[in-house]
Amino acid sequence: MKILYFSWLKEKVGKSLEEIEKPNEVHNIKDLIGFLKNSSTKHQNAFKYPKSIKVAVNKEFADFETLINEKDEIAFFPPVTGG
Amino acid sequence: MVRVIVRVQKENFILQNEIDNLKSICKEIPGALSSFVGYVRDFSNGKKISTLTIEHYPGMTEKMLTDISKNASQKWPLLGTLIIHRFGTLNVNDQIVLAASASIHRKAAFEATEYMMDYLKTSAPFWKSERVNKDNVWVEAKLDDELAKDRWK
Repeated sequence: MKILYFSWLKEKVGKSLEEIEKPNEVHNIKDLIGFLKNSSTKHQNAFKYPKSIKVAVNKEFADFETLINEKDEIAFFPPVTGG
Repeated sequence: MVRVIVRVQKENFILQNEIDNLKSICKEIPGALSSFVGYVRDFSNGKKISTLTIEHYPGMTEKMLTDISKNASQKWPLLGTLIIHRFGTLNVNDQIVLAASASIHRKAAFEATEYMMDYLKTSAPFWKSERVNKDNVWVEAKLDDELAKDRWK
């Protein structure tokens, strides 16, 4: 899976992109966040308040229950502030 | 078919050229064209800003802006729509965004432009960071923007 981070999430995680193999126990976004939080203290810190984080799967807005696959592009970011 | 133009770019834009371009691609002469331009403010929450940096999610941004434009043309009888949004580091007073819609009559044009801006604010993946003193501060999303969008439902 390709995982992208934007805005302050990118700063907290310390990278804008990472590619991981989908762990068997990860079925949806919530599972993925749980897995990522365990991967480093930076991730743990970045995902400390998941309610303030938005997610997109394959460039479409998704939610924490959205099911994910090995080939998906998943992006995590704070609420948008354009315009 | 309604004509839709969406551009995400670093470069500045010239309002008159963009309006002329939008008019030229409409299949009939629009009797009404409404446009909105957003600029970089010099103050935010009482603090002086020196620059504004805008980050976005390439690919998803264009997709969301196109979806917003198409949704607007389903709600109003439009001839064409235009959204240009800049990214990168901008100075105070620089142009950030242009949204415009062309129609036969003004009501559709006014409302569609406002609709596109309200949805852009809450659905297009852009993030602003303000340079205040020597710190970069990420702008927080405003509840008012969510509420502004909800009135179109």
